[in-house]
Amino acid sequence: MSDKNNQILEEIGGSDYKYGFYTDIEMDQAPPGLTEDTVRFISAKKNEPDFMLAFRLRAFRHWKTLKEPDWAHVEYPPINYQDLIYYSAPRKRPKYDSLDEVDPELLETFEKLGIPLDEQKMLAGVAVDAVMDSVSVGSTFKKTLAEHGIIFCSFSEALQKHPGLIKKHMGTVVPYTDNYFAALNSAVFSDGSFAYIPKGVKCPLELSTYFRINAAKTGQFERTLIVAEEGSYVSYMEGCTAPIRDENQLHAAIVEIIAHKDAEVKYSTVQNWWPGDKEGKGGVYNFVTKRGICEGDNAKISWTQVETGSAITWKYPSLILKGNNSTGEFYSVAVTNNRQQADTGTKMIHLGKNTKSTIISKGISGGRSNNSYRGLVKTGRKAENARNFSQCDSLLLGDQCGAHTFPYIDVGNRSSIVEHEATTSKISEDQLFYCLQRGIDMEGAIGLIVNGYAKEVLSKLPMEFAVEAQKLLSVNLEGSVG
Amino acid sequence: MLTIKDLTVSIHGKTILKGLNLDVKEGEVHAIMGPNGSGKSTLASVIAGRDLFDVDKGEITYMGRNIFDMPAETRAREGLFLGFQYPVEIPGVSIANFMRTAINEKRKHLGLDPLTGAEFLRVMEEKKKMVDIQSKLASRSVNEGFSGGEKKKNEIFQMAMLEPRLAILDETDSGLDIDALKVVANGVNKLRRKDNATIVITHYQRLLDYIIPDFVHVLYDGSIIKSGGKELAVELEEKGYDWVKKEAGAGNAA
Ligand SMILES: Nc1ncnc2c1ncn2[C@@H]1O[C@H](COP(=O)(O)OP(=O)(O)OP(=O)(O)O)[C@@H](O)[C@H]1O
Ligand SMILES: [Mg+2]
Repeated sequence: MSDKNNQILEEIGGSDYKYGFYTDIEMDQAPPGLTEDTVRFISAKKNEPDFMLAFRLRAFRHWKTLKEPDWAHVEYPPINYQDLIYYSAPRKRPKYDSLDEVDPELLETFEKLGIPLDEQKMLAGVAVDAVMDSVSVGSTFKKTLAEHGIIFCSFSEALQKHPGLIKKHMGTVVPYTDNYFAALNSAVFSDGSFAYIPKGVKCPLELSTYFRINAAKTGQFERTLIVAEEGSYVSYMEGCTAPIRDENQLHAAIVEIIAHKDAEVKYSTVQNWWPGDKEGKGGVYNFVTKRGICEGDNAKISWTQVETGSAITWKYPSLILKGNNSTGEFYSVAVTNNRQQADTGTKMIHLGKNTKSTIISKGISGGRSNNSYRGLVKTGRKAENARNFSQCDSLLLGDQCGAHTFPYIDVGNRSSIVEHEATTSKISEDQLFYCLQRGIDMEGAIGLIVNGYAKEVLSKLPMEFAVEAQKLLSVNLEGSVG
Repeated sequence: MLTIKDLTVSIHGKTILKGLNLDVKEGEVHAIMGPNGSGKSTLASVIAGRDLFDVDKGEITYMGRNIFDMPAETRAREGLFLGFQYPVEIPGVSIANFMRTAINEKRKHLGLDPLTGAEFLRVMEEKKKMVDIQSKLASRSVNEGFSGGEKKKNEIFQMAMLEPRLAILDETDSGLDIDALKVVANGVNKLRRKDNATIVITHYQRLLDYIIPDFVHVLYDGSIIKSGGKELAVELEEKGYDWVKKEAGAGNAA
């Protein structure tokens, strides 16, 4: 750990966005604009079953009736949805069994990102399903997974091979009527991942997917669906970095998780979309709907997220605790710097008896950024003995940034206990000087202190993800004080 | 190694150090004593590069270079170490991680390869033994929840790890029990070499029984008003500061 941390600190030297590069893979894309024809084009391009096209069209028609929401604590110029490109795919249509077959340029890209999509990773016991733009391009360990009856593949592939499972579960946790961006995603989603863990199976590998935006002006509409049958377990990781881009890029993903009786799903994400330059120019708009449901008794779902990127983040991974004794957890580190804006948090909806939820949120703001926590804890009428503990801490790195906390509590049952704690602190001059005096420069000092501050959340991440996350925290806070 | 000439320092317009002079050579141990608020910690901070203070006049030369040309972290990498009077807590950052970072920054500065994990652990074990630190301390967060004495011992441990050319120990003996005091003194003595130097700031001559100083200075109201050998510390302990003040006042016409 210390090993890696050091490496992190050594890498802080440069001030430009480390992962800002662009891979020139020939694109095969839809013309800009969004009409029913675009929706049909996408569906046809992907050779989808009829039910899928019907779903998309219903979503699209619904979307047209909606207005973009404006209640979040963020500001951005209006998005012209007719300017975006809704589908793009690498032309060399990939269907690989081994990495040798993968476009070397793409592998190089992953190399630059420090994503070890190679033997090392396999040895580390990680199956990787890498998503580049809209099409999945590499899968490993599928065979091992198959032996356990686990399905882990791109959403498109799942639509071809397991249409029944998709039809049964898709949209049951996040219906397309949920919100503006959910409707948009449901209409035009490009690809994503599907994981299915059968009854009683403990997934022996960490499942991970790397997302990346790569095509100019291409809105990225990923869709993830994770289904954990009774008594199963899976740890799923998702992460991304994005190249430097002059225009704003819209990212509106949907993640749905279903945990049945006695099942447990750990979902971890490190999010590092391009945040824009120091003036806030460019950068990704990340408007995501993530929700899980503990469908059966004793089910457990935990979200762990590290948010360091995006010009604007609007994201509330939420959980519906329906089964009795089910457990929900939300661990979050959200970092904003320069002109970044983040409005993020969670919703814990307690419906079953003896349901428990924990929320630990660490906001870190530097530069002239704005970082808001928005959380809802709701206990239903039948949620006897529901319990929630929330802790929301904010760390300010300067005096031009903002931290805001909007906790909403809605208790529908007298036996429920909801606790909320909040703190705001500043990085102290004394701490910084202590580090400087030991020979650690300012950026390194901030990296160390911030990583220490976020440790409680970082420690929930799978080991190798934690290392990446530490890197991102340090890199993203360059020049944040002052 | 360290030469301070006519150093005048203020904060928010209030002058704290008033034309201070000090000369520390390789191999020497200097003790600085003086009443509360006389400016001892301020002096240490200014040498270490804390930018809170305004240097109004004077110069400091460290290893032949104008110290004010070097940012605080460069001074540290060039072998300057300050054992803080009040070490700060850095929650969530383990001492091991903290030290590894510090050591490798220093090594990079000196053009050396970073220590590998295994090398670092070996050095750490060795130094822990040297300063008699329990192994569990190193895995704890920097100073977090440490007792007063533990914090001071931790400063000595860090000093041992970083092997400074010039160490300034600001009341590292305050709040230590007798055993801990011996540990601290022992650490300093073991690290003593011909080519390094130590400045110990203390209120108690007791420490100087263990760390034998070559010079003892009295810092009073922002300047050094008397210097002597180790017997001066004994005299101060017996008679207090009044007589030194008077002596200085007589020569200085207040
Ligand atoms: N940050 C500061 N702001 C205002 N005044 C300060 C500051 N730091 C030090 N001073 C003042 O400077 C003077 C010298 O303080 P300093 O801490 O150097 O004394 P000291 O000799 O180390 O005392 P002690 O023996 O109590 O540690 C004191 O009057 C103190 O109040
Ligand atoms: Mg002092």
